[in-house]
Amino acid sequence: MQVFRSDSAETGELGVDLADQVRIKPTGIAAVVAGIMDFARRKPMAFGGALVLVAAILVAIFADAIAPHAATDIGVGGKFLGPGGEDTLLGTDQLGRDIYSRLIFGARISMYVGIVSVLIGITLGTLVGIASAYIGGWSDIILQRLIDALMGFPPIILALGLMAALGASVNNVVIALVVILVPGATRVIRSQALSIKELDYTLAARSIGASSLRIIFRHMLPNVAATYIVLITLTLGFAIVVEAALSFLGVGIPPDVATWGSMLELGREHIDKQGWMVVFPGAVIALVVFAVNFLGDGLRDVMDPKLRGR
Amino acid sequence: MQQYALKRIALFFPTIVLVTIIVFVVMRLIPGDVCIAILSDGEATYTQAELQECRVELDLNDPLFVQYFDWIGGAVQGDFGDSLWFKAPVMEELAERIPVTVELTILAMLISVVFAVPLGILSALKPESWIDYSARVFTLAGIAMPTFLVAILIVLGLVHIFDWLPALGYQQIWDDPRANLQQMIFPALALAFYEMAFIARVTRSAMMEIIREDYMRTARSKGLSESVVVFRHGLKNALLPVLTTSGWIFARLFGGTVIIETIFLVPGMGRILIEAIFQRDYTMIQAEIVIIAAFIVTINLVVDLLYGMLDPRIRYA
Repeated sequence: MQVFRSDSAETGELGVDLADQVRIKPTGIAAVVAGIMDFARRKPMAFGGALVLVAAILVAIFADAIAPHAATDIGVGGKFLGPGGEDTLLGTDQLGRDIYSRLIFGARISMYVGIVSVLIGITLGTLVGIASAYIGGWSDIILQRLIDALMGFPPIILALGLMAALGASVNNVVIALVVILVPGATRVIRSQALSIKELDYTLAARSIGASSLRIIFRHMLPNVAATYIVLITLTLGFAIVVEAALSFLGVGIPPDVATWGSMLELGREHIDKQGWMVVFPGAVIALVVFAVNFLGDGLRDVMDPKLRGR
Repeated sequence: MQQYALKRIALFFPTIVLVTIIVFVVMRLIPGDVCIAILSDGEATYTQAELQECRVELDLNDPLFVQYFDWIGGAVQGDFGDSLWFKAPVMEELAERIPVTVELTILAMLISVVFAVPLGILSALKPESWIDYSARVFTLAGIAMPTFLVAILIVLGLVHIFDWLPALGYQQIWDDPRANLQQMIFPALALAFYEMAFIARVTRSAMMEIIREDYMRTARSKGLSESVVVFRHGLKNALLPVLTTSGWIFARLFGGTVIIETIFLVPGMGRILIEAIFQRDYTMIQAEIVIIAAFIVTINLVVDLLYGMLDPRIRYA
């Protein structure tokens, strides 16, 4: 059943029923479903990307239930088995651990690190970008130079420096990712906030005596929300790749944890004995990154065409 | 132009200073300090006297700003202190490694430009053709594939098809250019893969816009041959976006060398950075990161100045 309402009837501010005929929108679950259907029709590839991402998140959450073996179980049938075994679908590694199960547990690390770091990093970048644009003056100039400097580092090099200092752990990888994500997000959001600051409605809000906090939270934040969501999806793939690269190099997640990056490194060490050991983690990383990038591109086209080409 | 150049150069110095401060701060994030980190490595025990001795040796008892200025004072003269692992000046080791990484990076840049620019132009000139479609599939795949994955797949192919393994010894390019190139070509290809896709995409979209420009129609209507129109008028403008993004490209290439050199056993800066992290050689890490960042910031300056020279529009923006 579809539920209809008019914007004015609910807020009751205008009290004009005429608005009912003009703006009728589905609400609640119906609106969400309609929105998703519309997105799936307009951007089928991006919708496919979203499905892959949701599947990966579900696998990460229910890893314990899905995986046939524990990630560290070395007694599942022998070492260096090829794919297609009865009990070991994708074969085993140099210690005889089931690669399929390890990939499932690896999704936990990739999803946790990717999503948490992107949420924190882009949120922080958005708040700093808006504050920097709104306050302006010297603090803006100094902050922008700091961001210039941070962007002078190749991201992976800065992350390596941070990991060298902080030591290998899951949360330190999140910290390193946040540090390399914030500058870019701040740049993009700041330039948007600067143009919003010059718009008439901001001026109008100020002229009726709205406080700075009210202008920031009621006028600026909602207007950068689309960019915020697009940035989150566009940088998620990057964050997953950087985590995999750090773990691959052995400085990210401690080596006793199963991650896609560390599985790739183990496969590289034994590449002359069992080539499949690099193929499967490699394929999973490529699939997830490909899917997330498609989702990000699709969301950008739909929500925020101005970001095109960034 | 002069004003633009001066403004851009004036921005360069605070950025470089901030880069050094960031590296200095990051290296002070080590829990405890460098001495505790080295001495307690692998749960080893140490005495208070050893700790004091180490701190005196590394000047860790000085105030922070004295430590910073000591370090910077040395750095501008090319002295980044002694490596904690090799017990010799950091620059001695780096002097051998830097040319290797620079060669790898330049080779990768050449490969990607030589391959990607013609591909981008062709696919823009004949949109919806088979070459355009294959170029677009390639760019999508190239951008989604992380560098380390491409590198490993190349190694996998080489090992299983040609029974090849990365060479352990390294030939300098001036000793044996042929052996050197044989060693460097696959790492350079792996490193270039992402940039090939990136540059092809950038060139294609630039060329798509340029084709519709008035000056292209004018050039055609005054009877110039198609190749002159495309190469003299089109290519020049299509290369601009490649130039403006080359700062990012070099930054990515330098970041990528860390992974590529580890996989292909190339003894460059990237590989020694990873080794230094495992050896807890903090002076080496600090020196490497500052050198790479200073290099990237300088390239960005050069790119902006070049861009200002080539495209008059930017000077007044």
